[in-house]
Amino acid sequence: MILVVAEQRDGILNRATWETLAAAQALAGDMPVKAVIFGQSVGTAAQEIAPAASDVVVVEHAALGTYTPDGFAIALQQVAISLKPAFVLLPHTYQTRDFAPLAALRMGAALITDVTGINGTGTAATFSRPMFQGKLSADVRPHGNGPVCVSIQIGAFRADAVKRGDAAAITRLDVNIDPSAIRQSPEAPFKEAKQAVDLGQAERIVAVGRGIKSQENIAVAERLASAIGAEIAASRPICDSGWLPMDRQIGSSGQTVAPKLYLALGISGAIQHLVGMKGSRTIVAINKDADAPIFEVADYGIVGDLFEIVPAILSELEKG
Amino acid sequence: MKIAVCIKQVPTREWQPRLNEARTWIREQDASYELNEPDAYALEEALRLREKHGGEVVVCAAGPARVQQVIREALARGADRAIHVEDDSLASADASVTSAALASAMGDERFDLVLTGLQSDDHGHAQVGVMLAERLQMPHSTIIMEVQIEASTGSGQAGRLRVKRELEGGWFQWIGMPLPALLTIQSGINQLRYATLKGIMAAKKKEIRKAPLPGGLTPSQQIVSLALPMRSKQTHMIGGPPSEAARDLVRRLREEARAL
Repeated sequence: MILVVAEQRDGILNRATWETLAAAQALAGDMPVKAVIFGQSVGTAAQEIAPAASDVVVVEHAALGTYTPDGFAIALQQVAISLKPAFVLLPHTYQTRDFAPLAALRMGAALITDVTGINGTGTAATFSRPMFQGKLSADVRPHGNGPVCVSIQIGAFRADAVKRGDAAAITRLDVNIDPSAIRQSPEAPFKEAKQAVDLGQAERIVAVGRGIKSQENIAVAERLASAIGAEIAASRPICDSGWLPMDRQIGSSGQTVAPKLYLALGISGAIQHLVGMKGSRTIVAINKDADAPIFEVADYGIVGDLFEIVPAILSELEKG
Repeated sequence: MKIAVCIKQVPTREWQPRLNEARTWIREQDASYELNEPDAYALEEALRLREKHGGEVVVCAAGPARVQQVIREALARGADRAIHVEDDSLASADASVTSAALASAMGDERFDLVLTGLQSDDHGHAQVGVMLAERLQMPHSTIIMEVQIEASTGSGQAGRLRVKRELEGGWFQWIGMPLPALLTIQSGINQLRYATLKGIMAAKKKEIRKAPLPGGLTPSQQIVSLALPMRSKQTHMIGGPPSEAARDLVRRLREEARAL
Protein backbone atom coordinates (compact mmCIF):
# COMPACT_ATOMS: atom_id res chain seq x y z
CA MET A 1 0.00 0.00 0.00
CA ILE A 2 1.14 3.52 -0.77
CA LEU A 3 0.37 6.25 1.73
CA VAL A 4 0.24 9.83 0.45
CA VAL A 5 0.70 12.55 3.05
CA ALA A 6 -1.69 15.29 1.98
CA GLU A 7 -0.78 18.87 2.82
CA GLN A 8 -3.54 21.30 3.68
CA ARG A 9 -3.83 24.79 5.08
CA ASP A 10 -7.17 25.96 6.47
CA GLY A 11 -8.81 22.88 5.00
CA ILE A 12 -7.52 23.51 1.48
CA LEU A 13 -5.21 20.98 -0.17
CA ASN A 14 -2.29 22.41 -2.09
CA ARG A 15 -1.54 21.53 -5.70
CA ALA A 16 1.64 19.69 -4.67
CA THR A 17 -0.59 17.15 -2.88
CA TRP A 18 -2.40 16.35 -6.15
CA GLU A 19 0.91 16.02 -7.96
CA THR A 20 2.05 13.61 -5.25
CA LEU A 21 -1.14 11.58 -5.72
CA ALA A 22 -0.37 11.38 -9.44
CA ALA A 23 3.12 10.10 -8.60
CA ALA A 24 1.63 7.55 -6.18
CA GLN A 25 -0.73 6.25 -8.87
CA ALA A 26 2.23 5.93 -11.27
CA LEU A 27 4.21 3.97 -8.66
CA ALA A 28 1.29 1.87 -7.43
CA GLY A 29 0.94 -0.98 -9.92
CA ASP A 30 -1.60 -3.21 -8.14
CA MET A 31 -1.15 -1.48 -4.77
CA PRO A 32 -3.91 0.65 -3.29
CA VAL A 33 -3.17 4.35 -2.72
CA LYS A 34 -4.35 5.76 0.59
CA ALA A 35 -4.18 9.39 1.68
CA VAL A 36 -3.56 10.65 5.19
CA ILE A 37 -4.36 14.17 6.39
CA PHE A 38 -2.95 15.58 9.61
CA GLY A 39 -4.61 18.51 11.36
CA GLN A 40 -7.26 19.53 13.82
CA SER A 41 -10.33 19.78 11.66
CA VAL A 42 -9.71 18.49 8.16
CA GLY A 43 -13.06 17.03 7.09
CA THR A 44 -13.41 19.21 3.98
CA ALA A 45 -9.97 18.30 2.72
CA ALA A 46 -10.73 14.63 3.33
CA GLN A 47 -13.87 14.84 1.20
CA GLU A 48 -12.01 16.65 -1.54
CA ILE A 49 -9.36 13.96 -1.79
CA ALA A 50 -11.72 10.97 -1.37
CA PRO A 51 -12.36 10.30 -5.11
CA ALA A 52 -8.60 10.07 -5.77
CA ALA A 53 -7.73 7.49 -3.09
CA SER A 54 -8.82 4.01 -2.05
CA ASP A 55 -9.00 5.15 1.56
CA VAL A 56 -8.70 8.49 3.33
CA VAL A 57 -7.26 8.44 6.82
CA VAL A 58 -7.97 11.47 8.95
CA VAL A 59 -5.62 12.09 11.86
CA GLU A 60 -7.01 14.87 14.00
CA HIS A 61 -5.38 16.02 17.22
CA ALA A 62 -5.14 19.33 19.08
CA ALA A 63 -1.34 19.12 18.76
CA LEU A 64 -1.60 18.91 14.95
CA GLY A 65 -3.76 22.01 14.46
CA THR A 66 -0.65 24.13 14.05
CA TYR A 67 2.19 22.51 12.17
CA THR A 68 5.36 21.62 14.10
CA PRO A 69 8.07 19.20 12.91
CA ASP A 70 7.95 17.29 16.20
CA GLY A 71 4.15 16.88 16.11
CA PHE A 72 4.01 15.78 12.48
CA ALA A 73 6.98 13.39 12.82
CA ILE A 74 5.34 11.66 15.81
CA ALA A 75 2.01 11.44 13.98
CA LEU A 76 3.50 10.04 10.75
CA GLN A 77 5.52 7.45 12.64
CA GLN A 78 2.44 6.22 14.53
CA VAL A 79 0.35 6.11 11.35
CA ALA A 80 3.08 4.15 9.56
CA ILE A 81 3.28 1.62 12.40
CA SER A 82 -0.46 1.14 12.29
CA LEU A 83 -1.01 1.05 8.51
CA LYS A 84 2.34 -0.51 7.43
CA PRO A 85 2.61 1.18 4.04
CA ALA A 86 5.29 -0.03 1.59
CA PHE A 87 5.80 3.59 0.51
CA VAL A 88 5.08 6.99 2.03
CA LEU A 89 4.88 9.73 -0.61
CA LEU A 90 5.03 13.41 0.33
CA PRO A 91 5.13 16.65 -1.67
CA HIS A 92 8.66 18.14 -1.54
CA THR A 93 7.52 21.32 0.20
CA TYR A 94 9.23 23.35 2.91
CA GLN A 95 6.98 21.59 5.42
CA THR A 96 8.00 18.11 4.26
CA ARG A 97 11.67 19.15 4.32
CA ASP A 98 11.14 20.24 7.92
CA PHE A 99 9.68 17.02 9.37
CA ALA A 100 10.14 14.09 6.95
CA PRO A 101 13.87 13.50 7.68
CA LEU A 102 13.06 13.28 11.40
CA ALA A 103 10.17 10.85 10.83
CA ALA A 104 12.23 8.73 8.40
CA LEU A 105 15.18 8.47 10.78
CA ARG A 106 12.93 7.43 13.66
CA MET A 107 11.25 4.81 11.44
CA GLY A 108 14.62 3.54 10.20
CA ALA A 109 13.30 4.26 6.72
CA ALA A 110 14.96 5.50 3.55
CA LEU A 111 13.95 9.00 2.49
CA ILE A 112 14.50 9.86 -1.16
CA THR A 113 13.88 13.58 -1.67
CA ASP A 114 13.03 15.87 -4.58
CA VAL A 115 12.02 13.01 -6.88
CA THR A 116 11.24 13.93 -10.50
CA GLY A 117 10.55 10.50 -11.98
CA ILE A 118 9.59 6.96 -11.04
CA ASN A 119 10.97 4.06 -13.06
CA GLY A 120 8.93 0.86 -12.73
CA THR A 121 6.22 0.09 -10.22
CA GLY A 122 6.05 -1.21 -6.67
CA THR A 123 9.09 -2.51 -4.86
CA ALA A 124 11.02 -2.88 -8.13
CA ALA A 125 10.88 0.88 -8.74
CA THR A 126 13.84 3.22 -8.76
CA PHE A 127 13.54 6.97 -8.34
CA SER A 128 15.08 9.81 -10.36
CA ARG A 129 16.24 12.91 -8.56
CA PRO A 130 18.41 15.87 -9.53
CA MET A 131 21.94 16.15 -8.16
CA PHE A 132 24.66 18.77 -8.47
CA GLN A 133 22.18 21.61 -8.87
CA GLY A 134 20.36 19.79 -11.65
CA LYS A 135 23.50 19.22 -13.75
CA LEU A 136 23.00 15.46 -13.32
CA SER A 137 20.07 13.19 -12.66
CA ALA A 138 20.52 10.18 -10.37
CA ASP A 139 18.58 6.96 -10.45
CA VAL A 140 18.25 5.87 -6.81
CA ARG A 141 17.27 2.60 -5.13
CA PRO A 142 16.19 2.56 -1.47
CA HIS A 143 17.68 0.21 1.13
CA GLY A 144 16.61 -0.96 4.55
CA ASN A 145 13.44 -1.80 6.37
CA GLY A 146 10.41 0.27 7.08
CA PRO A 147 8.37 2.18 4.55
CA VAL A 148 10.30 3.84 1.74
CA CYS A 149 9.67 7.58 2.05
CA VAL A 150 9.75 9.61 -1.16
CA SER A 151 9.22 13.34 -1.58
CA ILE A 152 7.98 14.46 -5.00
CA GLN A 153 9.37 17.60 -6.61
CA ILE A 154 6.86 20.39 -7.23
CA GLY A 155 5.72 20.35 -10.85
CA ALA A 156 7.29 16.97 -11.70
CA PHE A 157 3.94 15.18 -11.99
CA ARG A 158 0.70 16.59 -13.38
CA ALA A 159 -2.05 17.33 -10.89
CA ASP A 160 -4.65 16.94 -13.65
CA ALA A 161 -3.39 13.40 -14.35
CA VAL A 162 -4.82 12.10 -11.05
CA LYS A 163 -7.30 9.28 -11.76
CA ARG A 164 -10.55 9.60 -9.87
CA GLY A 165 -13.20 7.05 -9.00
CA ASP A 166 -15.93 6.68 -6.42
CA ALA A 167 -15.33 8.60 -3.22
CA ALA A 168 -13.33 6.47 -0.82
CA ALA A 169 -14.33 5.78 2.75
CA ILE A 170 -13.00 8.27 5.28
CA THR A 171 -11.67 6.65 8.42
CA ARG A 172 -10.25 8.16 11.58
CA LEU A 173 -7.03 7.11 13.21
CA ASP A 174 -6.09 8.19 16.71
CA VAL A 175 -2.56 9.20 17.56
CA ASN A 176 -0.99 9.71 20.94
CA ILE A 177 0.96 12.94 21.18
CA ASP A 178 2.41 14.08 24.48
CA PRO A 179 2.37 17.90 24.25
CA SER A 180 5.75 18.07 26.01
CA ALA A 181 7.30 16.11 23.12
CA ILE A 182 6.68 19.13 20.88
CA ARG A 183 9.66 21.41 21.41
CA GLN A 184 8.89 24.12 18.86
CA SER A 185 6.36 26.90 19.59
CA PRO A 186 5.33 28.50 16.30
CA GLU A 187 3.77 31.94 15.93
CA ALA A 188 1.29 32.89 13.20
CA PRO A 189 2.64 33.05 9.62
CA PHE A 190 2.98 36.52 8.12
CA LYS A 191 4.03 38.25 4.91
CA GLU A 192 7.10 40.46 5.19
CA ALA A 193 5.88 43.47 3.26
CA LYS A 194 3.01 44.23 1.02
CA GLN A 195 4.03 42.94 -2.35
CA ALA A 196 4.55 45.97 -4.54
CA VAL A 197 4.47 43.98 -7.73
CA ASP A 198 2.41 40.94 -8.67
CA LEU A 199 4.62 39.25 -11.23
CA GLY A 200 1.92 36.61 -11.68
CA GLN A 201 -0.01 39.13 -13.76
CA ALA A 202 2.88 40.04 -16.08
CA GLU A 203 2.56 39.01 -19.74
CA ARG A 204 6.31 39.09 -20.24
CA ILE A 205 9.18 38.82 -17.80
CA VAL A 206 12.89 39.49 -18.20
CA ALA A 207 14.70 37.72 -15.36
CA VAL A 208 18.36 38.03 -14.41
CA GLY A 209 20.65 35.64 -12.55
CA ARG A 210 24.24 35.50 -11.35
CA GLY A 211 25.46 35.98 -14.93
CA ILE A 212 24.52 39.66 -14.73
CA LYS A 213 27.60 40.01 -12.48
CA SER A 214 26.92 43.42 -10.90
CA GLN A 215 24.09 45.68 -9.81
CA GLU A 216 25.02 48.28 -12.45
CA ASN A 217 24.55 45.69 -15.19
CA ILE A 218 20.90 45.21 -14.31
CA ALA A 219 20.27 48.33 -16.43
CA VAL A 220 21.05 46.17 -19.48
CA ALA A 221 18.17 43.85 -18.61
CA GLU A 222 15.89 46.77 -17.73
CA ARG A 223 16.37 48.28 -21.18
CA LEU A 224 15.33 44.98 -22.76
CA ALA A 225 12.35 44.72 -20.40
CA SER A 226 11.05 48.18 -21.27
CA ALA A 227 11.57 47.53 -25.01
CA ILE A 228 9.27 44.49 -24.94
CA GLY A 229 6.86 45.65 -22.21
CA ALA A 230 8.12 43.17 -19.62
CA GLU A 231 8.50 43.21 -15.86
CA ILE A 232 12.00 42.75 -14.46
CA ALA A 233 12.58 39.81 -12.12
CA ALA A 234 15.48 37.79 -10.73
CA SER A 235 16.69 34.52 -9.30
CA ARG A 236 17.30 34.30 -5.57
CA PRO A 237 21.04 35.22 -5.42
CA ILE A 238 20.33 38.58 -7.07
CA CYS A 239 17.71 39.49 -4.44
CA ASP A 240 19.92 38.10 -1.65
CA SER A 241 22.61 40.54 -2.78
CA GLY A 242 20.10 43.37 -2.67
CA TRP A 243 20.50 44.16 -6.37
CA LEU A 244 16.74 43.88 -6.87
CA PRO A 245 14.04 43.93 -4.18
CA MET A 246 12.85 40.61 -2.73
CA ASP A 247 9.41 40.99 -4.30
CA ARG A 248 11.04 40.58 -7.73
CA GLN A 249 12.24 37.08 -6.89
CA ILE A 250 11.00 34.10 -8.93
CA GLY A 251 11.16 30.61 -7.44
CA SER A 252 10.13 28.43 -4.55
CA SER A 253 10.78 31.14 -1.98
CA GLY A 254 9.46 33.93 -4.21
CA GLN A 255 6.72 34.21 -6.79
CA THR A 256 5.47 31.55 -9.21
CA VAL A 257 4.78 32.87 -12.68
CA ALA A 258 3.57 31.60 -16.04
CA PRO A 259 3.81 34.53 -18.47
CA LYS A 260 3.52 34.42 -22.25
CA LEU A 261 7.27 35.07 -22.51
CA TYR A 262 10.02 34.46 -19.97
CA LEU A 263 13.49 35.65 -20.90
CA ALA A 264 16.17 34.25 -18.58
CA LEU A 265 19.46 36.15 -18.72
CA GLY A 266 22.46 34.55 -17.01
CA ILE A 267 20.26 32.23 -14.96
CA SER A 268 21.72 28.74 -14.55
CA GLY A 269 18.36 27.24 -13.60
CA ALA A 270 18.65 25.76 -10.12
CA ILE A 271 15.52 23.77 -9.38
CA GLN A 272 14.40 26.33 -6.79
CA HIS A 273 14.18 28.82 -9.67
CA LEU A 274 12.72 26.44 -12.26
CA VAL A 275 9.72 25.53 -10.11
CA GLY A 276 8.72 29.20 -10.16
CA MET A 277 8.77 29.69 -13.94
CA LYS A 278 8.72 26.46 -15.91
CA GLY A 279 5.00 26.84 -16.61
CA SER A 280 5.75 29.89 -18.78
CA ARG A 281 4.44 29.55 -22.34
CA THR A 282 7.64 30.49 -24.14
CA ILE A 283 10.99 30.42 -22.37
CA VAL A 284 14.17 31.94 -23.77
CA ALA A 285 17.49 31.22 -22.07
CA ILE A 286 20.69 33.14 -22.69
CA ASN A 287 23.65 31.73 -20.80
CA LYS A 288 27.40 31.28 -21.23
CA ASP A 289 27.29 27.70 -19.94
CA ALA A 290 25.88 25.29 -22.55
CA ASP A 291 25.22 22.73 -19.79
CA ALA A 292 23.17 25.09 -17.63
CA PRO A 293 19.94 23.34 -16.53
CA ILE A 294 17.89 26.37 -17.68
CA PHE A 295 18.26 25.08 -21.26
CA GLU A 296 16.30 21.96 -20.29
CA VAL A 297 13.13 23.99 -19.88
CA ALA A 298 13.84 26.58 -22.59
CA ASP A 299 12.06 26.75 -25.94
CA TYR A 300 14.83 28.88 -27.40
CA GLY A 301 18.40 28.92 -26.19
CA ILE A 302 21.44 31.01 -27.02
CA VAL A 303 24.81 30.00 -25.61
CA GLY A 304 26.87 33.15 -25.32
CA ASP A 305 27.68 36.39 -23.56
CA LEU A 306 24.49 38.17 -22.54
CA PHE A 307 26.31 41.51 -22.69
CA GLU A 308 26.78 40.99 -26.44
CA ILE A 309 23.47 39.32 -27.18
CA VAL A 310 21.06 41.60 -25.28
CA PRO A 311 22.27 44.79 -27.05
CA ALA A 312 21.98 42.91 -30.35
CA ILE A 313 18.38 41.98 -29.49
CA LEU A 314 17.66 45.61 -28.61
CA SER A 315 18.94 46.90 -31.93
CA GLU A 316 17.00 44.18 -33.74
CA LEU A 317 13.80 45.24 -31.93
CA GLU A 318 14.39 48.88 -32.89
CA LYS A 319 14.37 47.87 -36.56
CA GLY A 320 10.72 46.95 -35.99
CA MET B 1 27.81 30.13 23.70
CA LYS B 2 29.32 27.15 21.94
CA ILE B 3 28.26 27.09 18.30
CA ALA B 4 28.95 24.37 15.72
CA VAL B 5 28.69 25.01 11.98
CA CYS B 6 28.54 22.01 9.66
CA ILE B 7 30.14 22.69 6.31
CA LYS B 8 30.49 20.69 3.11
CA GLN B 9 32.86 20.91 0.20
CA VAL B 10 31.06 20.68 -3.16
CA PRO B 11 32.06 21.00 -6.84
CA THR B 12 32.22 24.62 -8.05
CA ARG B 13 29.36 26.13 -10.02
CA GLU B 14 31.55 26.25 -13.13
CA TRP B 15 32.35 22.52 -12.94
CA GLN B 16 31.29 20.53 -16.01
CA PRO B 17 30.05 17.13 -14.85
CA ARG B 18 31.94 14.03 -15.94
CA LEU B 19 31.03 10.53 -14.79
CA ASN B 20 33.12 7.59 -13.69
CA GLU B 21 33.15 4.48 -15.90
CA ALA B 22 30.42 2.73 -13.93
CA ARG B 23 28.29 5.91 -14.24
CA THR B 24 27.50 5.74 -10.53
CA TRP B 25 29.50 8.78 -9.40
CA ILE B 26 31.39 11.73 -10.80
CA ARG B 27 35.05 11.72 -11.77
CA GLU B 28 36.24 13.44 -8.65
CA GLN B 29 39.71 14.08 -10.05
CA ASP B 30 38.20 16.38 -12.70
CA ALA B 31 36.27 18.51 -10.25
CA SER B 32 37.37 21.67 -8.49
CA TYR B 33 35.73 22.35 -5.17
CA GLU B 34 34.38 25.15 -3.02
CA LEU B 35 32.41 25.75 0.17
CA ASN B 36 28.73 24.83 -0.18
CA GLU B 37 27.03 28.23 -0.48
CA PRO B 38 24.26 27.85 2.14
CA ASP B 39 26.96 26.65 4.60
CA ALA B 40 28.85 29.91 4.05
CA TYR B 41 25.75 31.77 5.26
CA ALA B 42 25.49 29.42 8.27
CA LEU B 43 29.14 30.15 9.12
CA GLU B 44 28.60 33.89 8.80
CA GLU B 45 25.57 33.70 11.09
CA ALA B 46 27.60 31.77 13.68
CA LEU B 47 30.38 34.38 13.57
CA ARG B 48 27.82 37.18 14.05
CA LEU B 49 26.22 35.36 17.01
CA ARG B 50 29.66 34.92 18.58
CA GLU B 51 30.36 38.65 18.14
CA LYS B 52 27.09 39.43 19.91
CA HIS B 53 26.98 36.79 22.63
CA GLY B 54 30.59 35.62 22.99
CA GLY B 55 31.75 32.02 22.91
CA GLU B 56 33.26 29.76 20.32
CA VAL B 57 32.57 28.73 16.71
CA VAL B 58 33.62 25.20 15.72
CA VAL B 59 33.37 24.08 12.08
CA CYS B 60 32.49 20.42 11.57
CA ALA B 61 32.88 18.54 8.29
CA ALA B 62 32.56 14.94 7.14
CA GLY B 63 34.42 14.07 3.96
CA PRO B 64 37.68 12.99 2.31
CA ALA B 65 41.05 14.65 2.98
CA ARG B 66 40.42 17.32 0.30
CA VAL B 67 37.74 18.84 2.56
CA GLN B 68 40.60 20.49 4.51
CA GLN B 69 40.51 23.23 1.86
CA VAL B 70 37.10 24.52 2.97
CA ILE B 71 37.85 23.89 6.65
CA ARG B 72 40.91 26.18 6.36
CA GLU B 73 38.78 28.73 4.54
CA ALA B 74 36.19 28.69 7.36
CA LEU B 75 38.96 29.06 9.95
CA ALA B 76 40.36 31.98 7.94
CA ARG B 77 36.96 33.66 7.98
CA GLY B 78 37.01 33.48 11.77
CA ALA B 79 35.97 30.08 13.14
CA ASP B 80 37.99 29.08 16.22
CA ARG B 81 38.71 25.41 15.53
CA ALA B 82 37.50 22.47 13.48
CA ILE B 83 36.48 18.84 13.63
CA HIS B 84 36.98 16.70 10.52
CA VAL B 85 35.49 13.22 10.21
CA GLU B 86 37.78 11.97 7.48
CA ASP B 87 37.01 9.10 5.13
CA ASP B 88 37.03 8.76 1.35
CA SER B 89 33.65 7.02 1.35
CA LEU B 90 32.00 10.15 2.76
CA ALA B 91 32.20 11.93 -0.60
CA SER B 92 29.22 9.97 -1.89
CA ALA B 93 27.58 9.11 1.46
CA ASP B 94 23.84 9.64 1.88
CA ALA B 95 22.25 11.87 4.53
CA SER B 96 21.78 9.05 7.01
CA VAL B 97 25.49 8.15 6.97
CA THR B 98 26.73 11.76 6.86
CA SER B 99 24.57 12.78 9.82
CA ALA B 100 25.73 9.74 11.81
CA ALA B 101 29.37 10.52 10.99
CA LEU B 102 28.98 14.13 12.16
CA ALA B 103 27.05 13.14 15.28
CA SER B 104 29.73 10.65 16.31
CA ALA B 105 32.34 13.40 16.46
CA MET B 106 30.08 16.20 17.74
CA GLY B 107 28.15 14.44 20.50
CA ASP B 108 30.70 14.92 23.30
CA GLU B 109 31.19 18.60 22.54
CA ARG B 110 27.79 19.56 23.99
CA PHE B 111 27.14 22.43 21.61
CA ASP B 112 24.53 25.03 22.54
CA LEU B 113 23.65 25.69 18.93
CA VAL B 114 24.34 23.81 15.68
CA LEU B 115 23.96 25.55 12.31
CA THR B 116 23.99 23.92 8.88
CA GLY B 117 23.17 25.15 5.38
CA LEU B 118 19.65 24.23 4.29
CA GLN B 119 20.95 21.78 1.69
CA SER B 120 24.08 20.92 -0.25
CA ASP B 121 24.73 21.90 -3.83
CA ASP B 122 25.93 18.37 -4.67
CA HIS B 123 23.54 15.74 -3.26
CA GLY B 124 20.82 18.22 -2.34
CA HIS B 125 19.06 15.80 0.02
CA ALA B 126 18.15 18.59 2.48
CA GLN B 127 18.16 15.97 5.24
CA VAL B 128 21.50 16.02 7.07
CA GLY B 129 20.65 18.94 9.36
CA VAL B 130 17.34 17.53 10.57
CA MET B 131 18.78 14.03 11.05
CA LEU B 132 21.78 15.43 12.91
CA ALA B 133 19.42 17.28 15.27
CA GLU B 134 17.69 14.01 16.12
CA ARG B 135 20.98 12.17 16.60
CA LEU B 136 22.16 14.96 18.94
CA GLN B 137 18.75 14.95 20.71
CA MET B 138 18.07 18.57 19.81
CA PRO B 139 14.95 20.31 18.52
CA HIS B 140 15.34 21.84 15.07
CA SER B 141 13.91 24.30 12.65
CA THR B 142 14.71 24.66 8.95
CA ILE B 143 15.18 27.35 6.28
CA ILE B 144 15.93 30.09 8.81
CA MET B 145 16.22 33.77 7.87
CA GLU B 146 16.86 35.34 11.31
CA VAL B 147 18.18 34.08 14.65
CA GLN B 148 17.47 35.73 17.99
CA ILE B 149 18.88 34.35 21.21
CA GLU B 150 16.87 35.05 24.32
CA ALA B 151 19.03 35.04 27.44
CA SER B 152 18.47 32.28 29.96
CA THR B 153 16.04 33.15 32.72
CA GLY B 154 17.67 31.20 35.51
CA SER B 155 20.81 29.35 36.42
CA GLY B 156 21.26 25.98 34.79
CA GLN B 157 18.98 26.98 31.92
CA ALA B 158 20.42 27.11 28.46
CA GLY B 159 18.11 29.86 27.22
CA ARG B 160 15.83 29.97 24.22
CA LEU B 161 15.89 30.72 20.54
CA ARG B 162 13.44 32.71 18.46
CA VAL B 163 13.96 32.14 14.75
CA LYS B 164 12.34 33.37 11.57
CA ARG B 165 11.50 30.47 9.30
CA GLU B 166 10.87 30.97 5.61
CA LEU B 167 7.68 29.44 4.26
CA GLU B 168 6.81 29.29 0.59
CA GLY B 169 5.54 32.14 -1.56
CA GLY B 170 6.92 35.02 0.52
CA TRP B 171 5.49 33.91 3.89
CA PHE B 172 7.44 33.70 7.13
CA GLN B 173 6.88 32.48 10.67
CA TRP B 174 8.60 33.03 14.01
CA ILE B 175 9.31 29.88 16.00
CA GLY B 176 10.52 29.56 19.58
CA MET B 177 12.45 26.61 20.98
CA PRO B 178 14.79 25.78 23.83
CA LEU B 179 18.55 25.55 23.47
CA PRO B 180 20.47 23.46 22.62
CA ALA B 181 18.98 23.38 19.12
CA LEU B 182 19.86 22.92 15.45
CA LEU B 183 18.94 25.32 12.66
CA THR B 184 19.33 24.95 8.90
CA ILE B 185 20.17 28.34 7.44
CA GLN B 186 18.79 29.82 4.22
CA SER B 187 21.08 31.61 1.75
CA GLY B 188 20.78 35.37 1.99
CA ILE B 189 20.22 35.53 5.77
CA ASN B 190 23.21 37.89 6.03
CA GLN B 191 25.97 39.49 3.98
CA LEU B 192 29.01 37.23 3.76
CA ARG B 193 32.44 38.31 4.89
CA TYR B 194 35.56 37.04 3.19
CA ALA B 195 38.84 35.98 4.71
CA THR B 196 41.43 38.66 5.36
CA LEU B 197 45.15 38.03 4.97
CA LYS B 198 45.41 38.19 8.76
CA GLY B 199 42.66 35.59 9.02
CA ILE B 200 44.38 33.31 6.53
CA MET B 201 47.63 33.51 8.52
CA ALA B 202 45.84 32.91 11.82
CA ALA B 203 43.99 29.90 10.37
CA LYS B 204 47.25 28.02 9.88
CA LYS B 205 47.69 27.72 13.63
CA LYS B 206 44.12 26.73 14.44
CA GLU B 207 43.34 23.20 15.56
CA ILE B 208 41.68 20.68 13.23
CA ARG B 209 40.72 17.60 15.21
CA LYS B 210 40.52 14.49 13.03
CA ALA B 211 37.91 11.90 13.91
CA PRO B 212 37.50 8.45 12.36
CA LEU B 213 34.33 7.34 10.59
CA PRO B 214 32.53 4.95 12.95
CA GLY B 215 32.09 1.44 11.57
CA GLY B 216 28.80 -0.23 10.77
CA LEU B 217 27.01 2.72 9.16
CA THR B 218 24.74 1.51 6.36
CA PRO B 219 23.34 3.81 3.69
CA SER B 220 19.58 4.01 3.22
CA GLN B 221 19.83 4.55 -0.51
CA GLN B 222 22.13 3.81 -3.40
CA ILE B 223 22.77 5.60 -6.67
CA VAL B 224 22.18 3.02 -9.41
CA SER B 225 23.18 5.36 -12.21
CA LEU B 226 23.95 8.99 -12.94
CA ALA B 227 23.19 10.70 -16.24
CA LEU B 228 22.75 14.07 -17.85
CA PRO B 229 19.12 15.05 -17.29
CA MET B 230 16.57 14.50 -20.02
CA ARG B 231 15.34 17.66 -21.62
CA SER B 232 11.68 18.17 -20.84
CA LYS B 233 11.26 20.35 -23.91
CA GLN B 234 12.56 20.40 -27.43
CA THR B 235 14.91 23.36 -27.08
CA HIS B 236 15.73 25.18 -30.28
CA MET B 237 19.34 26.29 -29.87
CA ILE B 238 20.20 29.40 -31.85
CA GLY B 239 23.84 29.75 -32.89
CA GLY B 240 25.95 32.20 -34.84
CA PRO B 241 27.41 35.60 -33.97
CA PRO B 242 25.36 37.79 -31.59
CA SER B 243 23.74 39.94 -34.27
CA GLU B 244 22.57 36.93 -36.29
CA ALA B 245 21.41 35.03 -33.21
CA ALA B 246 19.48 38.11 -32.04
CA ARG B 247 17.82 38.51 -35.44
CA ASP B 248 16.83 34.84 -35.54
CA LEU B 249 15.51 34.93 -31.96
CA VAL B 250 13.41 38.06 -32.48
CA ARG B 251 11.98 36.64 -35.71
CA ARG B 252 11.07 33.34 -34.02
CA LEU B 253 9.53 35.08 -31.00
CA ARG B 254 7.38 37.15 -33.37
CA GLU B 255 6.45 34.54 -35.96
CA GLU B 256 6.64 31.12 -34.26
CA ALA B 257 5.94 31.81 -30.61
CA ARG B 258 3.89 35.01 -31.16
CA ALA B 259 5.29 36.18 -27.86
CA LEU B 260 6.30 39.69 -28.97
